Amino acid sequence: MSPKQTPSQTVGPYFAYGLTAEQYGYDFDSIAGGQLADESVEGDRIRIVGRVLDGMGAAVDDAMIEIWQADAQGRYAHPADPRGSNAAFRGFGRLGTGTDPQNRFIFDTVKPGSVEGQAPHITLCVMARGMLSHAFTRIYFSDEAEANAADAVLASVPDKRRDTLIAKRDETQAGVVYRFDVYLQGDTETVFFDL
Amino acid sequence: MTAHGPFSPRDWISQPPYVHLEYKSTALRGPTRPLIPLQQTLSELTGPVYGHESVGPLDHDLTRNARVNGEPLGERIVVAGRVLDEDGRPLPNTLLEVWQANAAGRYIHRNDKHDAPLDPNFRGSGRCVTDEKGRYSFYSVKPGAYPWGNHPNGWRPNHIHFSLFGPSFITRLVTQMYFPGDPLLDLDPIYKGAPEGRRELMVAKFDLDVTEPEFALGYSFDIVLRGRNATPAQE
Repeated sequence: MSPKQTPSQTVGPYFAYGLTAEQYGYDFDSIAGGQLADESVEGDRIRIVGRVLDGMGAAVDDAMIEIWQADAQGRYAHPADPRGSNAAFRGFGRLGTGTDPQNRFIFDTVKPGSVEGQAPHITLCVMARGMLSHAFTRIYFSDEAEANAADAVLASVPDKRRDTLIAKRDETQAGVVYRFDVYLQGDTETVFFDL
Repeated sequence: MTAHGPFSPRDWISQPPYVHLEYKSTALRGPTRPLIPLQQTLSELTGPVYGHESVGPLDHDLTRNARVNGEPLGERIVVAGRVLDEDGRPLPNTLLEVWQANAAGRYIHRNDKHDAPLDPNFRGSGRCVTDEKGRYSFYSVKPGAYPWGNHPNGWRPNHIHFSLFGPSFITRLVTQMYFPGDPLLDLDPIYKGAPEGRRELMVAKFDLDVTEPEFALGYSFDIVLRGRNATPAQE
């Protein structure tokens, strides 16, 4: 008999000194944080800012967000990408929502290129106390209307829920910022995918 | 199928539901709408690559990686096992991140207000990587049980948190390892959030072969991640 998947359990309220120790000031180095691209990485600099909101609309202060993305040329730093890895850009970020005064996550990265003809996107994974399993969604970009309109994944989402996947572009003094809030529940519950 | 073929789905017979009302904070935090299926693309077949280079020399030894003036208190343990996929393939060079309470049931996390002592020589977090046969091990002390506010006189069973990516971002797993014979298991809404018949997979086995004489009690704990939509390659 083949082995069965180990069940998921919540990340709990106390993940920080294990998974995001540097961000929270614990004396343990972290494998990832909010800075995905150093100066050597090619591409358009963007910032992704958002919060995780519960069913009452309250910002969750003990969620963990992870993002996974291609580089500006649409390449993943992984052996399954036939174009080979981009050593300068790993494409992974991880933040807890407990250190920002507004419980935001703030990732500084480059805008991903198109992958296999899809609209540019970032895969996002949310976990938290009160979530027995993680949930996956995708971040798309509001200034990619044409590519978004042709994207098969977006097309599979009911019209009125599609906006939950689109990060809103804002040009600030600090640069390009995309706003992407994750609604765990409610009328504007984010679309989560069965990845 | 190739080594990079699509992954089998999350097995919702094994996985807990998002909303499990006995675990109260799921009521406002668990997504309520059906997940939308997505045909896997390169975005799903890839994921963060962290292997041996991610692990420092003491990361696998929680009894040593935060010492200040002595050894941490508690029952020394060694946890060892394999990381496999559903097809039984061992997953080599796979990162495991672990964190836990100290022997008194206290987390070093600043939000933990439980009135049990911190241990100046124990942080409670570490990591290790599987070898070419998918095997891992790490040293620690047995974590204590601790109270939580979910329900009157609620106590979490002894447990260690585990976080793994596996071969792709979608094989991601965060789980908890429990200890055999713990009477709190049957009272724990988080453990019981996982379906009966599968939650038992999260309970480690006491293992005399893993136990190191005169040093540490051994527990074996295998972890199974999603497989491929294919039969295992013949090697």
